[in-house]
Amino acid sequence: MTEKQELSTLLPSDRLETQFSDAKPPYTDLEAVIEANRCLNCYDAPCISACPTGIDIPIFIKKIASGNIRGSATTIFEANMLGSSTARVCPVEELCVGACVFNELNHKPIQIGFLQRYVTEKALEAEVRTGNRLFVPADVETGKKVALIGAGPASLACAAYLALEGVSPVIYEKDELPGGLNTTAVAPYKFQTDDCMKEVEWILQHGVRLHTGVKIGKDVEFRQLVQEYDAVFIGIGFGKDGRLKLPGSDGSGVWGALELIREIKNNPNFSLPVNLNSVLVIGGGNTAIDVARELAMLGIPNVNIVYRRTRSEMPGYQHELEGASKYGVRMMENVVPISIVRDGGVIRSLKVKSNQSGEVFELSCDWVVEAIGQESHAIAVSPDIAVDEMGRVIVDSGTYMTTHPNVYAGGDCINGGKEVVNAAADGREAAFAMLRSWGIKSRFIKDDGKI
Amino acid sequence: MADLSINMCGIKSPNPFWLASGPPSNCGEQVMRAFEMGWGGAVWKTLGKPIVNVDSRLGAVDYSGTKMMGFNNIELITDRPLDANFKEIYEVKRRYPDRAVVVSLMAESKEEWREIVQRSEDAGADGLELNFGCPHGMCERGMGSSVGQEPVVLEKITSWVMEYAQTPVLVKLTPNVTDILDPGVAAVRGGGNGISLINTVKSLIGVDLDTLFIKPTVGAESTSGGYCGPAVKPIALNMVATLARDPRITVPISGIGGISNWQDSVEYFALGATSVQVCTAVMHYGYRIVEDMIDGLNNYLDEMGMKSVNDLIGKAIPGFVEWGELDLNYDIVAKIDASKCIGCGLCYISCLDGAHQCVHTNKGQCYAYHGEPDHGFNPRIEVSAPIRHQPKNGDLAHVPFIDEKECVGCNLCMLVCPVPDCITMEEISHSKGKESWNDRVARGLV
Ligand SMILES: Cc1cc2nc3c(=O)[nH]c(=O)nc-3n(C[C@H](O)[C@H](O)[C@H](O)COP(=O)(O)OP(=O)(O)OC[C@H]3O[C@@H](n4cnc5c(N)ncnc54)[C@H](O)[C@@H]3O)c2cc1C
Ligand SMILES: Cc1cc2nc3c(=O)[nH]c(=O)nc-3n(C[C@H](O)[C@H](O)[C@H](O)COP(=O)(O)O)c2cc1C
Ligand code: SF4
Repeated sequence: MTEKQELSTLLPSDRLETQFSDAKPPYTDLEAVIEANRCLNCYDAPCISACPTGIDIPIFIKKIASGNIRGSATTIFEANMLGSSTARVCPVEELCVGACVFNELNHKPIQIGFLQRYVTEKALEAEVRTGNRLFVPADVETGKKVALIGAGPASLACAAYLALEGVSPVIYEKDELPGGLNTTAVAPYKFQTDDCMKEVEWILQHGVRLHTGVKIGKDVEFRQLVQEYDAVFIGIGFGKDGRLKLPGSDGSGVWGALELIREIKNNPNFSLPVNLNSVLVIGGGNTAIDVARELAMLGIPNVNIVYRRTRSEMPGYQHELEGASKYGVRMMENVVPISIVRDGGVIRSLKVKSNQSGEVFELSCDWVVEAIGQESHAIAVSPDIAVDEMGRVIVDSGTYMTTHPNVYAGGDCINGGKEVVNAAADGREAAFAMLRSWGIKSRFIKDDGKI
Repeated sequence: MADLSINMCGIKSPNPFWLASGPPSNCGEQVMRAFEMGWGGAVWKTLGKPIVNVDSRLGAVDYSGTKMMGFNNIELITDRPLDANFKEIYEVKRRYPDRAVVVSLMAESKEEWREIVQRSEDAGADGLELNFGCPHGMCERGMGSSVGQEPVVLEKITSWVMEYAQTPVLVKLTPNVTDILDPGVAAVRGGGNGISLINTVKSLIGVDLDTLFIKPTVGAESTSGGYCGPAVKPIALNMVATLARDPRITVPISGIGGISNWQDSVEYFALGATSVQVCTAVMHYGYRIVEDMIDGLNNYLDEMGMKSVNDLIGKAIPGFVEWGELDLNYDIVAKIDASKCIGCGLCYISCLDGAHQCVHTNKGQCYAYHGEPDHGFNPRIEVSAPIRHQPKNGDLAHVPFIDEKECVGCNLCMLVCPVPDCITMEEISHSKGKESWNDRVARGLV
């Protein structure tokens, strides 16, 4: 069991992900002010309702316009402690930006993600420079301790809100690096691991303890946590890649999408074979689109997404698909994979069947990447945790408490895999519920119960 | 093509757009470039006993990302030798005989006025403008606005100039007075051939938040300056119109203050100006802006079926009346076009907090308290169903609706609405006929 504080030093430098440049580079001061001034400052703005954490977006934007950088960042973090990463990874087109009233005028909507990134980065830089912290933990001894399982966005958000009110949160993470999918999965042209470590360090500095390399259910028993702590938060995300187990899968060249992305992002010894020419990605979700775009951006000439239904039915976002197609990613609709065909152990093609004509044919390729969703691993933590038929941990919708008293859960493990911002919202709400149950007041909750 | 040429009390110019006295008309080379771009005339940077200027001298108000929506300066009159100025005036007139060159002057004693008037006219000036307006630096020396603020002194100095001047004389007024008619009438009584207004409005542009020095900063100090640019246009329009409708003002007016384009100029003409002068907009964008001013004015006059810019002068003046003459029975209410509404909620919050609580939404707490005998004490009663907006198709839940019975027709919601023509004010017809406050007073009702 190791306790971690200085995380950036853990990170090897020559990760493949560092070859990616920022798809949305940061705003300059001037760009930020021009964009902030464009905001209409709507009342009861639709962008706020579209944000799962309900950040008061017009207020933070107008604070950028007035030069109140610290106040603007505070407005963001109050609602969303992961405001730094969500600024960059949120599918804003589907959330706040998609709700901007300018869309109704066929006018470019306010670039909320860019503004949020600009101001959180600027405020955190100032915090480092001046030592004047945005949030100072309350100087009280509550005597309460909370164990959080998993160091992903859900646990990090939950732990931060607890620490600020004098509760001692301790996070247990099975991997060596904290951050959850923000570290291992989120597309490197959006957000890379070094920035993710900075965010985690920022959360830890408020009095959150982190133990990495500890798998609950294996190294430490879940029951032990329940006994030792006043509450437990389960933020374990969803599990490993689901696999098709097609005939011919055994052997090299068949990947689970998360497995491959993680190699790209975190493994300094990983590189793509020089003669890799053609990759088929099976799936229709955002993970399929992400991995396809990453391979294309790394120079693989033929990257095709193979999907069993049509483009309009796919769960992946259209804006992401368009983004990938700019790098040459193509898509084949209505085809179902049947088997992997090998020549002397080396992959030759993927045998598929057309959903429409019933025709069976081979698509030649060097690699097959399966992006068909993740499998639940909640049971591995403890059989005591009640899950639904999809493997999602069952919680009370108001308090995020599981069927187990004083055990809470949030993030992908309760929703089956949404976004970082949903995990941040869940973590916050669970923290508030714990505080309420102990009669501790969060500084972020006003007398009327609102944030 | 309409006729844009004007004759302002004998000063002729091919179009009504003149450079105002200031940095853009500081020297001959500049004025010639301006004329090349199309400016009809220029009022030369004020001449007088040479002075020394300070650094810095300019400051600006930026508003929501718009630069220089207000502008201020602590600059004085010309800091170049008089001889050089007169030589250049002569050269400009020689090369551009069809343009109006008006020389702005500021002097102290009668003798000084005589000399500078004669030298200006010898150099070829088409007219003179007496600077009784500068609100800083010169007034402490008994010139500029210290003259403009004393109608008796203004009248006397004007009459001195009239003794010597062979060319038309414009008197430039300061807005830093209680009633612009006082200096206006004095200028006419003193014999002035025309009036120019406004000069700058006495101002303090702001404070630097890091140093707490006042701007524009000279070392660590500053002083009151003169405000101009788009922000002052409404102040100037009011003063121009006040002079234009007064029967005692029998001379033409040159309108100045915040003019940046042809639309601004149309407002000035409609309120009684014969020519217009521009300073800040040229300092911001350069002489080139005159191209659109000429072109836009031309197109506008054509569209309005007016043959000449002179047809426009004073056209809006009959509608400029005292408050007591306004029709108390005229009624309008706000209407929201649901198909245009984007749901920004600004009409709702502005009417709720800044007007009369008549815009409502379907979204939750309604603060309407109309119909209550104790109007204002019970602000949380749900608005009743009949006045709810009833969308015909689609989900229009985001569209606010207006309590028309309570709407006072103030315009606020229309002004804040970001979508053109989404909120309009519609007249409510009635059979009551016009009745003004003065009518009521006359009938002994109040
Ligand atoms: C390829 C991919 C791309 C994505 N891109 C985006 C994106 O662009 N934008 C976006 O908003 N969202 C994106 N997401 C989704 C987002 O990453 C998740 O919704 C979010 O990270 C969920 O946070 P979490 O804390 O619930 O779980 P996770 O991030 O999964 O974190 C769970 C953590 O718990 C640890 N853990 C699990 N079991 C145990 C145990 N027994 N003991 C100790 N620790 C344990 C895990 O190692 C992990 O660190 C993406 C997801 C994927 C797969
Ligand atoms: C920097 C500066 C210097 C000025 N100098 C003079 C001057 O010497 N004489 C004068 O009569 N007016 C002077 N003015 C006033 C302008 O002529 C004009 O009356 C005023 O700026 C309003 O017009 P505007 O809004 O177009 O700038 C000056 C204005 C500025 C900004
Ligand atoms: S016109 Fe004035 S009173 Fe009427 S609805 Fe609009 S803001 Fe309210």
